[in-house]
Amino acid sequence: MGTVRSGLEWLGELGIFCARVLRAAVTPPYEWRELIRQCDFIGSRSVPLVALAGAAVGVVIAMETHDSLVRFGAKAFLPPVIMYSLLKETGPVITGVIVSGRAGAGIGAQLGSMKVTEQIDAMEASAVDPYKYLAATRVLACILMLPFLTLVAIFCGGVTGWVVTALSEPISLRLFIERGFKNMAFSDYIPPILKTTVFGFLIGLIACFQGMRTRGGTEGVGRSTTSSVVLSSLFVLLADVFLVRVILTIWPAS
Amino acid sequence: MEDHRTTIEVRDLHKSFGPQTVLDGIGFEVRDGETLAVMGRSGTGKSVLLKLLIGLASPDAGSVTICGRNIVGLNTHELNKLRKKIGFLFQQGALYDSLTIEQNVLFPMQRHTRMDREAQRQRARELLGNVGLEKDYDKLPSQISGGMQKRVGLARALALEPDIVLFDEPTSGLDPITAAEIGKLIVDLKQKRRMSAVVVTHDVRGARSIADRAVLMDHGKVCAEGSFDDLQNNHDPLVSEFLREGC
Repeated sequence: MGTVRSGLEWLGELGIFCARVLRAAVTPPYEWRELIRQCDFIGSRSVPLVALAGAAVGVVIAMETHDSLVRFGAKAFLPPVIMYSLLKETGPVITGVIVSGRAGAGIGAQLGSMKVTEQIDAMEASAVDPYKYLAATRVLACILMLPFLTLVAIFCGGVTGWVVTALSEPISLRLFIERGFKNMAFSDYIPPILKTTVFGFLIGLIACFQGMRTRGGTEGVGRSTTSSVVLSSLFVLLADVFLVRVILTIWPAS
Repeated sequence: MEDHRTTIEVRDLHKSFGPQTVLDGIGFEVRDGETLAVMGRSGTGKSVLLKLLIGLASPDAGSVTICGRNIVGLNTHELNKLRKKIGFLFQQGALYDSLTIEQNVLFPMQRHTRMDREAQRQRARELLGNVGLEKDYDKLPSQISGGMQKRVGLARALALEPDIVLFDEPTSGLDPITAAEIGKLIVDLKQKRRMSAVVVTHDVRGARSIADRAVLMDHGKVCAEGSFDDLQNNHDPLVSEFLREGC
């Protein structure tokens, strides 16, 4: 009973926090410089990690799918299966989870330590809104950077998928791409990429929320860092279930 | 009629955290250009009091009037207008650790003044110079000593030329020489600019050199108030002991 109540309280507080951040994000003045700095931290500095994860996933999908398709005599479908899998599900989710780990931990730890060392109080005392300067910039940066990072993961996964396919049966990159994207429609490209903006929103919001409500010194910072990663990863996966359903309802598979 | 020569007026302020009562009906006044020392043993709610004075926390009951305006219940926009008139020196400095010391001082100026970038930079360096920092502008807070961090915090607190400055333990954790230097800086600033100040401290000797008057807090209440001579003549055992041990 107590856990349910504290869970509901947490959700209520998250809702209030979300409303404050959204209001801060749309009202001037805007913190452009800090937004660009956060885009660099969350976006460009996550590229190597996301690229590596995407590449690894591409290799695994190619290897696993190759065996299954050979068994059913459908080897020719290997490029579209790899690209469909990467584009529609694996790329967005892997990127969401990787960014939850890297940026979620970074945001949770940084804001948590700012909270316990009174830096957030100092900001408020200087009549600067921490919801605008700290939270809105980070949430927006996550929203803007996730689609870009997802494309990086898909590209790297596609390249390594081609390499693995080519090793077992020679196929040119051009032919691999041609076959991979042959029967794809709008609903295959855009919605999965757009859903990563929701992942970005959840990662940024939860990490900022956990960071800014830190209590209790360095131990509290550790707790909020861990909870930022765990909760944002969990919410990305739960949101994925919901968003896949929404996408399939709006753009039914032909 | 309200007396506008009173810059800060605190009336019947109550604040509790769960079952723990921190402030239990505290009240005092700070007049224009006056420095008031708030003294008391650790854990008597002095730092909480300062946070209530700038609206970083809300009281359970009572009023805090700054420059003739009760700040209790004000919305963030209105509160921020008043906050621009108040500087706050935090106990541990609370410098933004991802910004250089110059950027720390520039931070409030960039958001609340219309000066061009070069003028802001000059003003920040002037403020840092006033607190004895004439180099190392590009260092991060982690690269300077605790005493220097307090100086940067002081420069940042003065960045918007406030009418009121709140000092939370300005000399705690510092060696006696640095503590005396910080105390002297505060006195010099007070003489240069006719600002009101509240200094929370348990350093009686330091408070005597900085403040015009003092209040002594115990169990969330004011147990003595007046000039240091008044307190010296107070025969309350707690006041006598505090002054004796504090010196």
